[in-house]
Amino acid sequence: MSTISREEVAHLARLARLEVTDDELDAFAGQLDVILESMKTLAEVDTDGVQPTSQAVPLVNVFREDQPQPSLPRDAALAGGPDTFEDRFRVPRILDEEA
Amino acid sequence: MSDRIIDQTAAELSAGIREGRYTSVEVTTAFLDRIDAIDGTVKAFLHVDREGALATAAEVDADIAAGKETFALAGVPIAIKDVVVTKGMPTTAASKILEGWIPPYDATIVERIKTARMPILGKTNMDEFAMGSSTEYSAYGKTLNPWDTGRIPGGSGGGSAAAVAAKMAPLAIGTDTGGSIRQPGAVTGTFGAKPTYGSNSRYGLIAFSSSLDTPGPVARNALDAALLHEAISGHDPRDSTAIDAPVPPVVAAARAGATGDLSGVKLGVVKEFKEGSDAAEPGVIAAYEAAVEQLVKLGAEIVEVSCPSFAYALPTYYLIAPSEASSNLARYDGVRYGLRAGDDGKHSLEEVMSLTREAGFGPEVKRRIILGTYALSAGYVDAFYGKAQKVRTLIKQDFEQAFESVDAIISPTTPFVAFKFGERTGDPYQMYLADLYTIPSNLYGGPGVSVPVGLSEGMPVGLQVMGPVMGDDITYRVAAAFESTQDTLLADTAPEIEGK
Repeated sequence: MSTISREEVAHLARLARLEVTDDELDAFAGQLDVILESMKTLAEVDTDGVQPTSQAVPLVNVFREDQPQPSLPRDAALAGGPDTFEDRFRVPRILDEEA
Repeated sequence: MSDRIIDQTAAELSAGIREGRYTSVEVTTAFLDRIDAIDGTVKAFLHVDREGALATAAEVDADIAAGKETFALAGVPIAIKDVVVTKGMPTTAASKILEGWIPPYDATIVERIKTARMPILGKTNMDEFAMGSSTEYSAYGKTLNPWDTGRIPGGSGGGSAAAVAAKMAPLAIGTDTGGSIRQPGAVTGTFGAKPTYGSNSRYGLIAFSSSLDTPGPVARNALDAALLHEAISGHDPRDSTAIDAPVPPVVAAARAGATGDLSGVKLGVVKEFKEGSDAAEPGVIAAYEAAVEQLVKLGAEIVEVSCPSFAYALPTYYLIAPSEASSNLARYDGVRYGLRAGDDGKHSLEEVMSLTREAGFGPEVKRRIILGTYALSAGYVDAFYGKAQKVRTLIKQDFEQAFESVDAIISPTTPFVAFKFGERTGDPYQMYLADLYTIPSNLYGGPGVSVPVGLSEGMPVGLQVMGPVMGDDITYRVAAAFESTQDTLLADTAPEIEGK
């Protein structure tokens, strides 16, 4: 019994906004199954009462002086965009035609 | 000793430029010409900036002629892994999704390289978004190992390692999330250092796994790496995980190590690595054990330490890193930079995002995004991501306990020598095993260096030296001590590459 099905991989790809092909789904389902099998070994480890580590070297409350500095110029920020229009990033229509 | 400029170490080049034996323009030209001659074969670079590098070199020469003070590595050229953003210079992270992108700012470490006035030769190839151990996952073709062009140069930083190994650059920048500086160093016979997490700024480093990513030096020996380490390290208010503490004295440590005295130094060998050594090739184990004997002759004491949770480091890493990656890579949506696909007036914004990501990401990146999405999804997050974070705590505790009785921990850097192209791309898990020995220090946060120690099957083998958090100096000292036992550095014995 595999840990992860082709359908689950397709669902995860949709959640991650990846338009994967049928061939990729076939390949990924098998490969991810092998990887997830190896991860099941973690269940052997007794972690009762163990605090999770989210950062290698924990720092608490990192502050700095609030000094105004010039921000990235608008032109520079927009320069890398695939499509820009009147100082904005242009995107495909989100809403339907206005009534 | 050769008189060729490209055979000199960074320390020798720095002294030579300062003392007027050659100019920075001569030095920089020598490396650029070397790139022109052989990079058609090795393919270590994604972008070369001859004009920019020579302009910086000319400035340094003018300053030295005018008797001005210069930084330690002023005029010594450097190559930078393409995951580090460089203002005005293309940066792709070896992904199609960032093809043609010109960053509008410099990473902090690039600012420091520019402050030190090191000419930037160009950007080096890597596995896409630093995910891989062979550089085969670059969207722009593979880099060849200068020792055997049928084999991988390691990864993800195969380009930086190959550039230094083939003497196309005296120094390079790498980044290490699970071994991406140390493993390429080991398989190309070069020196690579992953500094303490948080001691080198991540600002301007294209994020893969934010709690693990660490930029660091790639060089031919410990002293050169230490000089670069000190040039780029130190607190940065723009990185909230940066440690606000003095940089460990790695240059002094490398010089101390070069005297060849390790008396009083206790080196730990991990019992569980030894027991699990069926994953390591016999030739790698033999070269490693010969190196350990040399360290003992220098006065080091070998102490066995037990780190039972290291057995779980690989699955822990492959849950945490893809989880963070799936979140970090959400920013590639075809809106603010890079590629946009399917924007034909018929597809919705969401469809355009999905088509863009499908067209722009390669197979390993997609696998890890899906894996991370799985590990973070409702119903699985406690069993996978949450569990991995707790095992990470146990791995940290293993290190902390070991460092109560030893000064540093040693191991082979990677279980096998450079493998042949295509050997492990079909089975991602076999690729992941390359990082078996390097991953623990990423999860812990402490430093690790890889120093070339010998050959197996004619291919380089690396010794890894791991230290406690902010104890980078001891790792350099031990590595430099090993180098002092060698008549010739392994990095100086790579076969000559023929240009095309």
